[in-house]
Amino acid sequence: MFAATSFSLNPFQDLQSMLAYDFMRNAFIAGGCIAAAAGLVGYFVVLRNQVFTTDALGHVAFTGGMGGLLVGLNLLVGVFGSCIAVALAIGSLGGRARGRDVAIGTVFAWVLGLGLLFLSIFTSSHSASAGNTGISVLFGSILGMQPAQAAIASVAGLLTSIALLAVARPLLFVSLDPEVAASRGVPIRALTAFFLVLVAITVAESVQAVGALLVFGLMVTPAAVAQNLTTSPYAGMAVSVAVAVLAVWVGLTLAFFIAYPVSFFITALAFGTFIVSLALSRGQKKGAPA
Amino acid sequence: MADSPSWDLLADLQLLLRFHFMQNAFVVGTLVAVLAGAVGYFVVLRGQSFAAHMLSQVGFPGAAAAVFLHVPPLVGLAAFCSAGALGVGVLGRRLDAGNRLESAVVGSILAFSLGLGLLFFRLYAGSVQAVYAFLFGTILGISDRDVAATAVTTVVCLVVLAAIARPLVFASVDPDVADARGVPVRAISIAFLLLAALAVAVTVQIVGTLLIFALLVAPAACALQLTARPTRGLALTVVLSLLFTWTGLAVAYFTIYPVGFFITTLAFGVYVVIRSAKAMSGRSVGEPA
Repeated sequence: MFAATSFSLNPFQDLQSMLAYDFMRNAFIAGGCIAAAAGLVGYFVVLRNQVFTTDALGHVAFTGGMGGLLVGLNLLVGVFGSCIAVALAIGSLGGRARGRDVAIGTVFAWVLGLGLLFLSIFTSSHSASAGNTGISVLFGSILGMQPAQAAIASVAGLLTSIALLAVARPLLFVSLDPEVAASRGVPIRALTAFFLVLVAITVAESVQAVGALLVFGLMVTPAAVAQNLTTSPYAGMAVSVAVAVLAVWVGLTLAFFIAYPVSFFITALAFGTFIVSLALSRGQKKGAPA
Repeated sequence: MADSPSWDLLADLQLLLRFHFMQNAFVVGTLVAVLAGAVGYFVVLRGQSFAAHMLSQVGFPGAAAAVFLHVPPLVGLAAFCSAGALGVGVLGRRLDAGNRLESAVVGSILAFSLGLGLLFFRLYAGSVQAVYAFLFGTILGISDRDVAATAVTTVVCLVVLAAIARPLVFASVDPDVADARGVPVRAISIAFLLLAALAVAVTVQIVGTLLIFALLVAPAACALQLTARPTRGLALTVVLSLLFTWTGLAVAYFTIYPVGFFITTLAFGVYVVIRSAKAMSGRSVGEPA
C-alpha cells in the first residue's frame, strides 16, 4: 500500500521516515494500546476456556457494524454496541457460549448471513466503494484510522487494561477454582459479567486493528504463546501483552516497507511466535513422560 | 434479478433457468446439497461440526491461492482442506472446542489461515467481490469447469461414503465395540475426515467459507432432532439440504440480495422451528452435540 518509502540499512532513519507520517504514528499508538488490552484480556479468555465466545463476538461485531452503518450510525457505535449487548446476553445465559456447538454454530452462521445482507444493502444503496467498508471490518483497517478514532481506541485500550488489572486477582481465583472462590465470598456472577463486557470491548477494538475474522490472532494466539512458556499467571499476562504488542508494531513496520496487508503480518508474526513457543515447550518436556 | 417472479411457477422456473450461470449454479448447488447433506449427517453424528468449521476456514487461503495461480478454486480448496483433515487425523485426537489448549491452537491456526488468504488476494490484486464470494458464497461465476470438477468430486465422495457407511455408523455410534470387533476405527476416521474436507471444499462454492454450517451442519442437526434412524435421518438431511439450497438460489436470483443470507436464514429458521416444536411437544431427547 505505502511502499513509497524504501528500506535503507539505517534502522534509525527507517524508523524516522516511518514515524514522520501521522497515520503511522496513530497506528502505532492505537495499535499498541489495543494489543495490550487484547493480550491481557486474551490471557483470561484462554485461561477460562472462552475462546469461542470471542469467535462469536467477532461475528457479532461484523453484523453489528454493518447494521449500524445501515441505519446511519457510526460504524464503531454498531460494533461496540452489538458486542456489549451480546456479551451481556451470553453472561445472563450462564457465562459461556460453548458445549452445544451445533446450536451455537447454526446461530452464528445466521448472524454472519445477516451481516452479509446488511453489507449488500449498504453497498447497493451507496457507491460501489462501500464494499471496501465490509472488507475493512472483516480484515481490519488500522492504517486507515482517523485521529479521533485512534484517540478513542487508545483510551479504550488503556482503560480496558487498567480495569482488567484491577480485577485480575479475584478473576484469577474465580477462573482457577470457582467453588473455593464462591465460598470465600467472591462475587462470581458480577465478576463474570464484568469480564465478558471487557471481552466485548476488546473484541470491538481488535476489529479495528486486525478485523472481525482475525480477532483470534490478537486475542488468542499471544495468550497461547504465554501458556506454552510459563504457568505463572502474572508472567503469562506479561508475555501475552508483549507478544501482542510486538506483533502489531513489527507488523505495522513490515507493512510500511512491504506493500502487503498489515493484518496478514500481525497474524503471521503471532502464529510464528506460537510455533516457536510450542517447539520450546516440547523441548523442555522432552525426557518427561508425555 | 431484473426479472420479477409471478404466481405462475412454471414461468418462474423458466425465468430462473434462462441464463447459463443460473443453470450452472443449480447443478452445482444440487450436487453440493446432496454431498453436504450426506457427509454432514455423519459430521453431526460424530460430533465433528467444529472440525468442519475449522476445515472450511483452512480452505479460504486455498481458494485465494488457486485464484492467484490461475487454477480452479476447487483445486486449491480441496488441497488445503485435505491437508487440514490429514493434520487433524494424524494428530489422532478429536478436535474438541471444550479443551482449553486445543481451542487456542485451533483459533490461532484459523486466524493465521484467514490472514494468509487475505495476503493471497492482495497479491493477486483480486477484486473485493472475489473475497466476498469465497467468504460468503455466490450464485455468479460458477464456470463449466467448476461444474465438471464438482460433479467428479461429488460422485467419488458419495461412492466412498457408501462403501464405508456401515462401518462408519458402527464406529461413530460405538467406537470401542467397533474396535473390538475388528473395524479399523482409526483408518475409517481419517478416511471420513478426508471426505468431510472434500465436501467442505465443494460446499464453499455456494455458501462460502464462513457460512458452511448452514449446509453442512444445520440440515443434519434438524434431521437428528426428528429421527434417530440412520437411513431416514440421512434421507431427511439430504432433502432439507436440497430445500435450503434451491430455495436460497431461487430467492437470491429474484432479489438483489446475497444467496448466503437466504440459505443461512432458512437453515436457522427451520432449526429454530423444529427445536421449539419439540420443546413444546414436551419430548426431551438429548441433542447430539
